[in-house]
Amino acid sequence: MNKTINQKAWFFVIPVFILVAFNAIIPLMTVVNYAFQETFGNNVFMWEGTRWFKQIMLSERFHASLGRQFLFTFIILFIQIPLGIAIALSMPKEGIGVPVCLVLMSMPLLIPWNVVGAMWNIFALPDIGFLGHSLNALGFDYNFTQQIGDAWFTTILMDVWHWTSLVVLLSYAGLQSIQPAYYQAAEIDGASRWAVFTKIELPKMKKVLTIAILLRFMDSFMIYTEPFVLTGGGPGNATAFLSIDLVKMALGQFDLGPAAAMSLIYFFIVLLVCWVFYTLMMRNEGNQ
Amino acid sequence: MAKITLKDLSHSYLKSQSSDVDWAVRNVNIDWNDGGAYALLGPSGCGKTTLLNIISGLINPTKGNILFDDKVVSNLNPVERNIAQIFQFPVIYDTMTVYDNLAFPLRNRKIDEEKIKSKVHEIAEMLELSSTLSNRASGLTADGKQKISLGRGLVRSDVNAIMFDEPLTVIDPHLKWVLRSKLKELHQKINRTMIYVTHDQTEALTFADQVVVMHEGQIVQTGTPVDLFEKPKHTFVGYFIGSPGMNLIPCEFRGEEVILNGKKIETHKKVKSNSFSKTEIGVRPEFINFSSDGIPVKVLSVSNTGRHKIVDTQSESGKIKIIAKSSDDIPSGSAFLNFKKEYTYAYGDDWIIE
Repeated sequence: MNKTINQKAWFFVIPVFILVAFNAIIPLMTVVNYAFQETFGNNVFMWEGTRWFKQIMLSERFHASLGRQFLFTFIILFIQIPLGIAIALSMPKEGIGVPVCLVLMSMPLLIPWNVVGAMWNIFALPDIGFLGHSLNALGFDYNFTQQIGDAWFTTILMDVWHWTSLVVLLSYAGLQSIQPAYYQAAEIDGASRWAVFTKIELPKMKKVLTIAILLRFMDSFMIYTEPFVLTGGGPGNATAFLSIDLVKMALGQFDLGPAAAMSLIYFFIVLLVCWVFYTLMMRNEGNQ
Repeated sequence: MAKITLKDLSHSYLKSQSSDVDWAVRNVNIDWNDGGAYALLGPSGCGKTTLLNIISGLINPTKGNILFDDKVVSNLNPVERNIAQIFQFPVIYDTMTVYDNLAFPLRNRKIDEEKIKSKVHEIAEMLELSSTLSNRASGLTADGKQKISLGRGLVRSDVNAIMFDEPLTVIDPHLKWVLRSKLKELHQKINRTMIYVTHDQTEALTFADQVVVMHEGQIVQTGTPVDLFEKPKHTFVGYFIGSPGMNLIPCEFRGEEVILNGKKIETHKKVKSNSFSKTEIGVRPEFINFSSDGIPVKVLSVSNTGRHKIVDTQSESGKIKIIAKSSDDIPSGSAFLNFKKEYTYAYGDDWIIE
């Protein structure tokens, strides 16, 4: 493709640049500001260099919450992606069932985060909650406010309930866009159901699945409200994921410097993982 | 390797049917002889693809039966029927190489890997895909992809029939011609039944020994290209085949005679019944000439195509086209037309009177 070189075109980028500057770059810069300095209020700052970064990188507390965060994200991706695809595959392709399923699937996505947290909190309470009470009545020793395993189980279950629909909707859209001729050709070629899934459906869903995984990675990696309302990060620090820990540090302890450094590290981890993942998924798409 | 028979076959995509238009295919009875090269010709939406999918087993017909060598196969799936089908738009397996794509139908049937190799190379050679065998199929151009689709259809040698659903739509004109001759050549070599769906009359007439013309879900005529040209059994065949198509002029049936503009016209066969709501006389432009006496017309225009002249004339009952030799003198103003009796047919409610 021949591109016309015209430096004046940069002028057209200015409005977008200003907009992005105000809603992203400038707020981020204040965080950068805190990350390299120490302050005691009254707008007095002292240069600290990379001290806060070193402190965070070496802190066991950060390692622990980062570990919990990766474990949580990995588990929910591992459940939600296959489950979402499976549900999308079993949804009706035409008829009245389509809108019914789509509306039912969208319901959890429409509920605000803190409501989801509160709902599940009450739902899972061991004495009065339907889930908690039922589990105990069935003989399980279940108490998510006291036991670490139960807290994780409930948090993961809540996230799966809340967000699997997103994967379902994206996968369903991907499946619906496959031309009937592909299925017909596979039938003629004598392909098994498994071959149809791996050779046609999965490759055709690749792009939407990439989006689904990216969205679910970012959202779950930055999850805050739901576990905060459900468990408050507890018991102890068992479900204190990165953002819960970050807020504790910034607003609970008012350690603005280390919290700012942690924010930046957090941000770069998200950016790096997304970039690596996207690049890997799309490396063969260039020749199409 | 079987004679395919369709018996009283009808199919509708609707749950309930009230009139003829609700049927995509209706009352089809036809035999496809083993080893024949057939073209299924008709305009878009006439039910060609539906009929093809019924034969291959992708669609279960609403009514009627499909027989392979007198054995009912209506309830068998495409694999059991052992049919190859090539679709209008390329279907390839994106993640596989060209080789794996071509080998896929064979591998699904658990054929020996050595045999697959020789078969795939043979087909790739024929379709000029040999140099790209190890490439990923998704990187190819549209016609490269369609060649893979063709190859997957042709790679199995034991099929009962190979069906082509307008397979050359996406191929560029030059390659279209090459591939069509390749298919024809292949037909002579492997001697399998081939059914070729198209809406292009040139494609149908050059590929097939027998052309089946469909119109609004019905088969209106089956015959050799010459039959279809010389004796169209339905006005649609007359109109659809030939360039320009057959002249169809409203006329009157009076007793055994066909009357056009008050004049008696000699037709191929005498009329026996008058109980038609639509009566027409049909004659191809090739079989009309100017004479000193006959149907009076006014010459409107003459266009010279090089090989011949096409003359537009206006009669009392409608326009009539004539094809004349380019050396012929065309009268201007008023003239008289003479129809060749043996190629002039009477049509009652669109069907020929015999």
